[in-house]
This record gives sequence, structure tokens and C-alpha cells, in this order.
Amino acid sequence: MSGESMRGIVGASAYVPHWSLDRSEITAVLGSGRGRGRRSVASFDEDPLTLAVAAGRLALSGLDGSGRSGVNPIRSLTFATTAPVYLEKSSAPIVHAALALSDSTATIDVGPGLRSAAASLRGAFHSTDPVVAVLAGDVRIGLAGSTDELGGGDAGSAIIVGDATVAPVLAEYVASASVTQEFLDRWRVPGEVRVRAWEERFGQLRYDELATSAWERAIVSAGVDSADVARVAVSSPNQRAGQALTKQLAAAGVSVADRRDDTVGFTGAAHPGLLLAELIEQAEPGELVALVALADGADVTILRRTDVPCTGATVADQVEATMPVSYGRYLTWRGLLAAQPPNRPEPARMSATAAERRAEWKYGFVGSRDRTTGAVHLPPARVSFRGGAVDDMDAEPMAGRRANVATYTVDSLAYSPSPPVIFAVCDFEGGGRLPVELTDVSASEVSIGMEVEMTFRRVSTADGIANYFWKARPVPGTGGVS
Amino acid sequence: MGSHGIADRVAIVSMGCTAFREHWDRSTDDLAIDATLEALAPLDLRPADVDAWWLGTAQSGMSGITLAAPLKLEGVPVTRVENYCATGSEALRQACYAVASGAYDVAAAVGVEKVKDSGYQGLNAFPIPTDGTQRSLTAAAMFSLVAPAYAERYGIDPAELRRTLARIASKNHANGARNPRAQFRREIDVDAICAMPEVAGMLSVFDCAGVADGAAAAVVVRAEDAHRYTDRPIFVKALSTVAGNGAGLLDPDYDYTHFPECEWAAADAYAQAGVTDPRRQLAMAEVHDCFTPTELVLMEDLGFSERGEAWRDCEAGVFDLTGELPVNTDGGLKSFGHPVGASGLRMLFECWLQLRGEAPEDRRIATADRGLALTHNLGGYPGEMVSFVGIWGSELG
Repeated sequence: MSGESMRGIVGASAYVPHWSLDRSEITAVLGSGRGRGRRSVASFDEDPLTLAVAAGRLALSGLDGSGRSGVNPIRSLTFATTAPVYLEKSSAPIVHAALALSDSTATIDVGPGLRSAAASLRGAFHSTDPVVAVLAGDVRIGLAGSTDELGGGDAGSAIIVGDATVAPVLAEYVASASVTQEFLDRWRVPGEVRVRAWEERFGQLRYDELATSAWERAIVSAGVDSADVARVAVSSPNQRAGQALTKQLAAAGVSVADRRDDTVGFTGAAHPGLLLAELIEQAEPGELVALVALADGADVTILRRTDVPCTGATVADQVEATMPVSYGRYLTWRGLLAAQPPNRPEPARMSATAAERRAEWKYGFVGSRDRTTGAVHLPPARVSFRGGAVDDMDAEPMAGRRANVATYTVDSLAYSPSPPVIFAVCDFEGGGRLPVELTDVSASEVSIGMEVEMTFRRVSTADGIANYFWKARPVPGTGGVS
Repeated sequence: MGSHGIADRVAIVSMGCTAFREHWDRSTDDLAIDATLEALAPLDLRPADVDAWWLGTAQSGMSGITLAAPLKLEGVPVTRVENYCATGSEALRQACYAVASGAYDVAAAVGVEKVKDSGYQGLNAFPIPTDGTQRSLTAAAMFSLVAPAYAERYGIDPAELRRTLARIASKNHANGARNPRAQFRREIDVDAICAMPEVAGMLSVFDCAGVADGAAAAVVVRAEDAHRYTDRPIFVKALSTVAGNGAGLLDPDYDYTHFPECEWAAADAYAQAGVTDPRRQLAMAEVHDCFTPTELVLMEDLGFSERGEAWRDCEAGVFDLTGELPVNTDGGLKSFGHPVGASGLRMLFECWLQLRGEAPEDRRIATADRGLALTHNLGGYPGEMVSFVGIWGSELG
């Protein structure tokens, strides 16, 4: 495939949360087990859905006309997770709203099986939709000291698949192959923290066979030899699975990508996308790269990197920038250790009708701008605070706009799942002010003038309703100082 | 169009005020009855002699029935009002206007709040259904935003400002120690306050108003009728209320070092009362010291200090009981706590005592002969507040 008929990846990003847990902290507390490296940790106000949104914003930031214009090329969006926020209610429409996509975009929730992410990626390449967004997010938990807790990680990933006619292609789709076989390796009962597993050796052997089988079919389909592939990445919940294949490929001169076991952990439904994003970020123009995703079968995808440059924060950048969180705090964030909250009323549930009327503000962070004076209103208003003009405002998308801290405070009295609340009056570039909670920050890091960016978070939960809105956080990599 | 006020047309002829406490053994009904009967007793009036009632309560009840039922009022209007933490002043303002209009001969304003039945520390609002995007910060934290902004604007070392704020708290506690109705009656020195742990920004719990139950009441009649009830009425010189439009939350030009709503209400009230030099014309002021930075900034917003000078004036003792302009001579919200519906009327109660020379000797002001007192009551937060200013005089004209 080439030229007009080319289809491939037009955007690829992973989102790695700000926090990470040194595994030696777990073993120090529990007094047993092996603790090597660290795992990524979603903050207390993140969930699989917000992680996917964060990745989606990174992946779409490099795309012109990513859906914020009237002509939205994203025709369908899939959201994969093994830990959905709701049963019955779909999550993908919330992701869709937070990304401010067009109402003509179809949304599809996939999961909770681990294979759903790779399956939706396969579907995207074979879709007739000009552009498909494949988003995933997972917060990986397990019982204290379990393989899942130690080896897991939290992340979001976003792979945007499209035709070259719509957007510049970063990696051209070459071929794929899938192999399916039923066997019982790992399972989790809904509502339980614990993941149960059969003897690890059994799964490892099955996956080795499936990986090798899918690989052979994929390279035949691609019309290449294994040695033509520059690099391969293997995503698997079983750390040893796929090693038979990677040893064989390494012997043939294929580079084997870091699975991020020591720096992020296995991030569930997000992991195939995370490894794929990093493959693309690191590949040279013209190189063939391959993803092998192992979960209740094997899915192999082969792509050829183009010379179109990647944009946005790379996986490596984000992994480098993480800050440590203690094991105690991690456990309270996940609800695995009950901590005493401040003696204040818990937040009330949001109103569904009020939220729907304000959806563009609440989910898309769209304010309004007075056509006469240019005054920006957050939230959008009908009457201008400057000059009093009535019903004469344009929508003003603010999610991508940076802001500076005008003044701030640290509130140890307010209710929060992770006190204290750090709160700042934020003044936006191009106008507009919002007093808003800060996140991914410690009290000692905040200063007047600090530069912040907006991030979509789960701000509270009441009556089973996950309440989402935006918070501000220091701009990563700048130390927050402008 | 214009704000004309009702100077000298209405008088307060009696007042009542309960002790402000954690009244575990008193209900909203008990507190309202006690304050009302205390106000009516010196006049030999019964509840049935009052023509119309205004009840200020933020969260202790809905509708006028909250007062009509415990007092068993028959066939009279009772209006419940709410205007955030300025609720008590709002009830008083409505009663004054009703009498000034000629609609009624005798009106009563009653403010009551039963805060300590919630089971939580601090004040807690009824949750109104929203889209879930509202901030959930405490009032302490919202007002704490003022301190660093003020220090930055006027180039004050934060440690120095910390001591100034502590001095405000210490002054109000010293006054409250001399007041049997106050919730807290212990003097606390500046060093002890500065040593307290921070709970919101640089504020400690000693920078915050207490939390108490309480009630207060005032009887309002036409000025020309006042001497039929008492030899020493106090007259309404000005009533002003401003509801902010929240622009401070939207407008990057707002810098958190002043409260425009309070400046506007003060300017309007001074115009109504003909006050041109409040620092020297007023005998005293009761202001809304919900948090220490609030009182600091109010000294400037109310025109007692030049901009950027209030911290020096506070340090110099200008607003002490024996100072040039005594402020919060009863101990303020700091010593009384803040039963929302009652606080505005409690402030007036202190003016009532001081202007009539009835305050106990150990906290009696030396400036009473100036004959004018000011009450200031606010609700909401920096950037988004309601503000009330009332001026009260011991003489007509």
C-alpha cells in the first residue's frame, strides 16, 4: 500500500501518570517478595477513563482538525479497559465528550477482557471509517504483594488510525495476524481485587506457541522475513510469555523493545497501545516494527515507520518525569487501605440534568468569550461581566490553554480522598480566570506565577456516580516554573 | 433613580441577644424564643403586639413558620430571609424598611442559627443540585487566599503579616474575654497564635471564627414613636447591601487584596449617613472578622485605613478597645462564633450597648460620645460576596 490508498497510524501516544511506586517500598512494608524497579501509579483522582482521555489529548494534539473543527474526521472511537467505571452505562461517551469530538462520532466500549485493546486496534486497521480512535486505560490493582500489584502499572494509550488522505501517517499498516485458543490462564471475578491464575508455566507455554504461530502468519502476510523487522515489542500479563519468540527473533537480528516492566509495569488494556506508541517514537523512517499482544490468544501487527515526525511527550519523557509516592498513600488512593477523612460532609452527587446542560463546559472545558470586550468567561455566561453585553459570546475552548497561578492556598480542612486540597486562582493565556484545584503537585512546589495546564479528572464519586471535571497541574518537564 | 436611605426615620427601641455557645440543650425554637422575649420584656410587649416579623436564618429552617410556630404568632406576616452570612443584617434591613414605609408600626427582626446539630465542625451548606464542577474548598481556604496576595502587593514579609493577623485575633479575644455572652472568653497572645499549625494557607484555627449556636432580636419602630418605648433609642442612619456578581472569580484584574462589594456598601452607607471621615466620626465598628485577613482588608475597604496601611494601623493598636477607632469591642465573630442568621443582629446588639453606655465597664469605649456606630456583615468569598453596612446613631439629625 502507498500513496492515496495508504492507511496507518496518524497519532500514537501513551499517558504515564505523574506518580510512581518503588517496588522495594512494597517489600519493605510486607517483609517479603522481590521488589525491583518501579510501577506507574494513577493519582487518586484518575481512573481508566481519565487516563485514556489524557492519552487521547496527547495523540490528538499533533493532528490538525482533530475533531475540534466543524468537519470531524474521527468517525468512531473505542475505549478499552479491564476496569470499567460503570456497568450498564457506557464510558466511551464521557471520553468522547472530554475530547470535544463531534456528535457524529460513534463510540464503542470494549472490555473487560484483556484482549479487547488489541482486538479494537485490529478492527481499526480493517475499518472503513476514515479515522478511528483506539483508546485504552487501566488502573491495575491486586492484593497486597501480589504479582498484579508488583508487576502492574497504570497508564492510558491512544492510537489514532486513519487514511493518508486525512492526516499524515506516522506508521503505515503492513499486515496483521491473530490466533485464538481457549485456555484458562488468568481470571478475575467482577468486584474482586484479586486476580486468580493457573500455574504460570501453563500460560507461558501456551502463549509461546500462540505468539510464534501468529508471528509466522503475520510475516507471510506481510511478505517479509523476520530479519526484515527492525524491532518487536511484546505485551503480555505473563512476564515470561513470548520469550521463546523474542529469543528466536533476537537471534535473527531483531531488536526486542523494553516491555517497561521495570519502569511502568504491565498496564493492562493500555499496554499494547503504550508499547506501540513507543515503537513508533523510537523507530527510524522506513523501519518495520511489530507488536505482539498476548491475551487469550495472540495478535501481531506489523507497521512501517514513515518520515513524518512524532509530536508530544514520549513515553520515555513521561517515565523520566514521574515522582515517587509512598506505598501507604498508594494503598489509600486505591481504596485498599481505609484512611480517616476530614470530618466534613462528603460531596453530593452531581445532577444529571445540570451536567447535560453544561456538557461542553464540564467535559470539554469550553468557556465563552464576549464578542465586544473579549472578556473570557469560565464557566460560559450569557451576560458579560465586562460591559454587560447579553447573549453575545462565542464558545472558547480552553482545555489546551496554559495558565499561571495568581494566588493559591493549601486547605487541610476540606473533604478530599487525599488531603490537603491544593487550590489556585489560575489566569489563562489569552484571558480568563478560574479558581481551581491543583493536582499532581505537592504543596511545597506551588508558587505564584507557576505555569499550569489543564487535566481531566474524576473529582468526586457519590451515589455510584463518577463526577468528572478539570483540574490544573504543573506543566510536565518545566518544573512548573514559567 | 438613586439610593436615598432612610436616615432618622426608624429607630431600634429594644434588643435581645442570647449567649453564643455550643447550646447542646437548646433548640432553634428555644434560641429564637429567648432572644425575642429578651427584646420584648423591657417594653412590656408581648409577641402579639408586634405587627410584622422578619426572621434571618440560613439553614435552621425554611419559611416564616420557623418563627411563627415556636412563638405561636397569629395572623401576622413572618418572612424568612437568607443572604449568606449577612442573613441577620438582611432581616434587620427588611424590618426597618417595612416600618419606614408606613406599612407597620412595630416590626421585629430575629436572627437565629442552630449550627451545632449538623455533626460536623464548621459551617456546612445545603447541597444544591449542580453540574458537579463547583469548587469544594472551605471558607477558611478561600479567605486565606487574601494573605499572600496582600503580602505580595504591599511588599510585606509573610512572617510579619503572620504576626499582624495574630494581633487581630489576639485583640478580638481580649475583647471577648470581657463579654459574658461570648463563646470564647480567654485571652490569647500573639506568640501562641503564631505557633499554631496551619490549616488553610497560613491560617491556623485561631485565625478562624468559632462555631456556635445563638440568636438575637431587635424591635423596630418609627423614629417619632421611639421615645414612647425608651429614653435612649438608636436611630437608623444608613442601611446598605451589595450582592456581588462573582466577577472576581472570572476577572484576572481582581487581585484578592480588597473586597469591592464592601467598598461599594460602605460608600453608599456613608453617603446616606453623611459620614465623610469614618475613622474619626465613628465611635466604634463591629465588622465581619470571619477570618483574620478579612478584618485586615475591611479596615481599608471601610475607609478606616489608607490602602496598604491597615497592617500598620493594626500593629499600632488603632482598632484596639482603647484605640482611635475601637473595632469588634464585643469580641467579634472570633470570640462569638458565627451562628449565621444571628451574627448581624449580634453586632448591632454591641452598638446598642455601647451607644447607650450600657456596656460593662471593662470593655466600655471612650469614644461613645461620637454617637455613631457601624456594623459590617458579609457572606460568600473573596471575588463573590454579599456585603452589608449599617450605621447607627444615638441622636437624630
